[in-house]
Amino acid sequence: MSDIKTICSIIAFAPLVGAILAGMGGRIIGRAGAHTVTIAGVGISCLLSIRLLMDLLATTATGEPVVYNETLYTWLESGGLTLQIGFLIDQLSATMMVVVTFVSLMVHVYTIGYMRDDPGYQRFFSYISLFTFAMLMLVMANNFVQLFFGWEGVGLVSYLLIGFWYTRDSAIFANMKAFLVNRVGDMGMVLGIAAVAYLFGSLDFATVFADPAAHSETTFQILNGEPWSAITVTCVLLFIGAMAKSAQFPLHVWLPDSMEGPTPISALIHAATMVTAGIFLLARTSPLFELSETALSFVMIIGAITALFMGFLGIVQNDIKRVIAYSTLSQLGYMTVALGASAYAAGIFHLTTHAFFKALLFLAAGSVIIAMHHEQDMRKMGGLRKYMPITYLTCLIGTLALVGFPGLAGFFSKDAIIEAVKYSELPGADFAYLAVLAGVFVTSLYSFRLLFLVFHGKERMDDHTREHLHETPLVVTGPLMALAVPSVVIGALAIEPMLFGNFFGDSIFVLPGHDVLQGLQSHWHGALQFALHGFTQIPFLLMLAGLAAAWVLYRQKPELPGLFTDKLAWLHRVLLNKYYLDDFNQTVFAGGLRGIGQFFWRIGDVALIDGLLVNGSARAVGAFAGVLRHIQTGYLYHYAFAMMIGLMVLMSMLWFVIQ
Amino acid sequence: MVTLADFLVLSAILFAISALGIFINRKNLIVLLMCVELMLLAVNTNFLAFSYFLGDLHGQIFVFFVLTVAAAESSIGLAIIVLLMRNRGSINVQDIHELNG
Amino acid sequence: MEFSTQELIPVLPEITLLVMASVVLLVDLFAPGKERVGTYTTSMLALALTALVSVYSYQGEQLVFAGHHQSDGLSLVLKLAMVIAVAVVFLYGRGYLAVRGLLNGEFFTLSLFGLLGMMIIASAGSLLSLYLGLETLSLSLYALVGFDRRSVASSEAAIKYFILGALASGVLLYGISILYGVTGTIQTAAMQMEIQAVLTSAGQYQMLLGLGVVFVVVGAAFKLGAAPFHMWLPDIYEGSPTAVTNYLGTASKLAAIALVLRLFADVLQPLIHQWQPMLMLLAVASLAVGNIIAIAQTNFKRMLAYSAISHMGFVLLGVLVGTGAGYSASLFYMITYAITGLAAFGLIMLLSRLGFEAENLVDFKGLAQRSPLMGLVVLLVMFSMAGVPPTVGFFAKLAVIDAVIEQGFAWIAVVAVLFSVIGAFYYLRVVKLVFFDGVEDPSPLVSSWDERFVLVLNGLFVLVLGLFPGKLLEICNQVFTGL
Repeated sequence: MSDIKTICSIIAFAPLVGAILAGMGGRIIGRAGAHTVTIAGVGISCLLSIRLLMDLLATTATGEPVVYNETLYTWLESGGLTLQIGFLIDQLSATMMVVVTFVSLMVHVYTIGYMRDDPGYQRFFSYISLFTFAMLMLVMANNFVQLFFGWEGVGLVSYLLIGFWYTRDSAIFANMKAFLVNRVGDMGMVLGIAAVAYLFGSLDFATVFADPAAHSETTFQILNGEPWSAITVTCVLLFIGAMAKSAQFPLHVWLPDSMEGPTPISALIHAATMVTAGIFLLARTSPLFELSETALSFVMIIGAITALFMGFLGIVQNDIKRVIAYSTLSQLGYMTVALGASAYAAGIFHLTTHAFFKALLFLAAGSVIIAMHHEQDMRKMGGLRKYMPITYLTCLIGTLALVGFPGLAGFFSKDAIIEAVKYSELPGADFAYLAVLAGVFVTSLYSFRLLFLVFHGKERMDDHTREHLHETPLVVTGPLMALAVPSVVIGALAIEPMLFGNFFGDSIFVLPGHDVLQGLQSHWHGALQFALHGFTQIPFLLMLAGLAAAWVLYRQKPELPGLFTDKLAWLHRVLLNKYYLDDFNQTVFAGGLRGIGQFFWRIGDVALIDGLLVNGSARAVGAFAGVLRHIQTGYLYHYAFAMMIGLMVLMSMLWFVIQ
Repeated sequence: MVTLADFLVLSAILFAISALGIFINRKNLIVLLMCVELMLLAVNTNFLAFSYFLGDLHGQIFVFFVLTVAAAESSIGLAIIVLLMRNRGSINVQDIHELNG
Repeated sequence: MEFSTQELIPVLPEITLLVMASVVLLVDLFAPGKERVGTYTTSMLALALTALVSVYSYQGEQLVFAGHHQSDGLSLVLKLAMVIAVAVVFLYGRGYLAVRGLLNGEFFTLSLFGLLGMMIIASAGSLLSLYLGLETLSLSLYALVGFDRRSVASSEAAIKYFILGALASGVLLYGISILYGVTGTIQTAAMQMEIQAVLTSAGQYQMLLGLGVVFVVVGAAFKLGAAPFHMWLPDIYEGSPTAVTNYLGTASKLAAIALVLRLFADVLQPLIHQWQPMLMLLAVASLAVGNIIAIAQTNFKRMLAYSAISHMGFVLLGVLVGTGAGYSASLFYMITYAITGLAAFGLIMLLSRLGFEAENLVDFKGLAQRSPLMGLVVLLVMFSMAGVPPTVGFFAKLAVIDAVIEQGFAWIAVVAVLFSVIGAFYYLRVVKLVFFDGVEDPSPLVSSWDERFVLVLNGLFVLVLGLFPGKLLEICNQVFTGL
């Protein structure tokens, strides 16, 4: 693979070229031109990524996987740190590349239908191609700086797209929220990267991961208190960065609101790819995390909380996209739990399967939304099955995959995580195990609730909408069908190589004592066996229970949910208000800060800082400038005089220098 | 016997006069032109004195070039002054301060 | 001292330019017309020829004409940069001048003779050739500044520049005469050795040498436009026709860095302990004066003038370090500044039309809506001048600050960064005007395609150099690896 450098460059930059052409081309290339160039760019990336993965797999089979790690060019060198653009292509990044480009390609195609009448058509295509570029830079990075560049790049496009319909107040609010919450995460991320630079004196993955154990005894003295293990601090800081991007409790609050963006974006960015960047980061930095059980425990507990409690919220939502958004949160929690249990492979495996079936669900939801003329309230839907058979079928497949019906993609990955957690011996593993188990029931409940409310039962929409109901065009259903295929088969196909074969090779590092997948492997007898075995396991029963509950509540006795809501009004209220976390943030952080701000503003700011320091200095500089400019009188003799004064000053300086 | 120091002092005085002239004179631009010429003469005095006392010809060659340049400079200076006179009808140093700040 | 025709080869670039400039004079005589196609084409041809000859006649370091002409890496790099800068000046300036009826042959010939002066400075092997080059350049510039004969401002700028420039030349020359008196030579290499000898021999001449240094510093600082010898700069920038301002602000700055490097890096290197504190004072003063007064400006050309003063502060910082790294950082800074400056002045010219000079800041309001590409160019240029990565200005500043810190002048680096922050304010204000303010002047932009094309290219070049600064940095470093 001598031409791998070229291939990688093309993969990364083809979407960028597409984005620039679509964004700058304006009227010259037109709407059709915009989607042609971007789809071509992403399509090329996708094909090449698949080829790259195939090559890697082929070489992995021979036992000597070829890991490609090369610097493209050095941007700058300063103070011992080198900033480079380079690619690290191993099994981990190749997997991510295929997932990203494939889902992105599907979303590009789907967007043609979804955004057909939107005035921001070209802008939209430019953004999503730009996003693909940034995401590829993130996963292909061979150093922390480039990873951070991609990290901020995807974040930027995410804000741009959440606020895509910038005339809506709610979109602007959501945009702001996403921005602020992610700043908290970035703080951790930047500090984490700084800690890495401080500890290892390099930001290059290869150098940092070469021998991290050498620093396992190093401690940081923080606030002259106890010495903290440097690795733990670094890992926790990096994880805080990942928490914001991957929407882990309590930094998850921005994700549900991000549904203000167009649906293709929800599928691409806020379900399949960007939000998994945090998961990817942790898997990439596994050599560091492995050294700190504290950090792993922390990761697992946060993941477990997210997995269970965000699922609950999905049950009470009525907006079709929000239900799926909470489902995404919950599934991200599963992945995080897997990482905490050192089952990185299982986490990435779930990431892969999830990317396909969650993108499918979102796009199906988008298809429904198109058919319903941009109505997103499930209470106004129902019985859509017979109007939109393809959407229904694909959505059903997506749902079954999500709830973990044995044999489908989600089953394999989710069961692997549950089993892995069972074998984990870290503090908090018991709690995590219970949480992920209970999560299965909850997932099943809200997923089937969605399915029943939307596609079954009474038709609750108004007559006008009903008359226009019909299946969406091929550009919309095509990607749905294309995504349905991997949603079914990817799990069965990939589980063996990914979890038990040496698929990830050296790209993921697990300490022997932490290798929970080893325990799983002892019971492994092939995918079919695993699936059949799945029918007898607790998760399957829990899933059935969820299905049954949904069936009873939303098909048989639709009055029951209302009854529950009345009886357990307090619980419903808590859930509806998302555990009051938003209000908490609003009052305590936003409000509290505003209160403190007000206080300091009156006393400190207005008088001291604003008056004296900020505006003061600005005004002083301005005033000073105003005064100084009058030195420039315009009179020739003043200028000559100034020169002579300067000459005199230098002469007197000479006197001192020579003395 | 005239020493090197005498020449140097002379040229320093000439230089000082010309420098002072440039910023003390507030009337006629022509005077500034003369001051510039005087400054170059001060320099020439320096060069000649050094050249004589060092027994090195380079200084004198330098003076030839400086004189030539000075002539060219004067002609351009006069041309600009003519231009100014035509444009604003005054070559008073005090009147020229439109560009400032 | 035998003279052989071999000695002509290193001087070929200058000879070519001189001959071609004379040809341009003749062509202009016989090719009238408002557009001056013949003159313009011949001038461009002259520049192309000069560049080619410079590259192909280069045979490594050589000292010819009895040591008065020196060709080395520094001279080659600077000459190429100067020729390209002048070519771009012509390109932007043609349409601008033609519309105003100013497109005479004189513009081209004077610019070319000025370029000749610059090239002589760049390869000056003695203080005599340095002085003659400087005067060739200055005399051309005096005439160029007063080039718009009907404009009051133009003639005022010319007389100011002339008087102050002559004064500065006189001061510089006085310094040179003292140096000559102490060392008894005018060749740069020989003078450097003599100075070394004087310093080691328990010098009674130290004070005299120091005096010479002071005068030379003043002369050089004036040509560079460093405070407090900067007073001429804003007035001259504002008063001259913008095409000339462009020449003055970019190409002639390259000549100034050539002058400074030839003087301080070659001749006066042994006296670094004397001029270092002086340059420090000038650098800090330039940073302060340039950045602060620029805030109060409403005229874009004046603002750029003050910004130039502050940039000269940075250039001086690199020089005063006195190491190869410092010199090469300064060289890099000046070359990239010239590239950025070309685009900045080019913008003014492209936005202007007959009877309207787009030189006030308000004229830039909402430019991004009128022309997104121009808006992009403004953004890149301003970012580069403010030193925002990934534009090239960032690297220029970084290289200088690196060199400064390496020599242990951390406090100067802090001061420089502090003033850069103040400076960022007025650069970003322009960006704000361009992108976030409403259009005040909706009249369509008139400019020819080649000017627009080159402007966009010029702007993008600022970005591309920022993304791939390695090659140019390497070239600048190689020039000084001998030191």
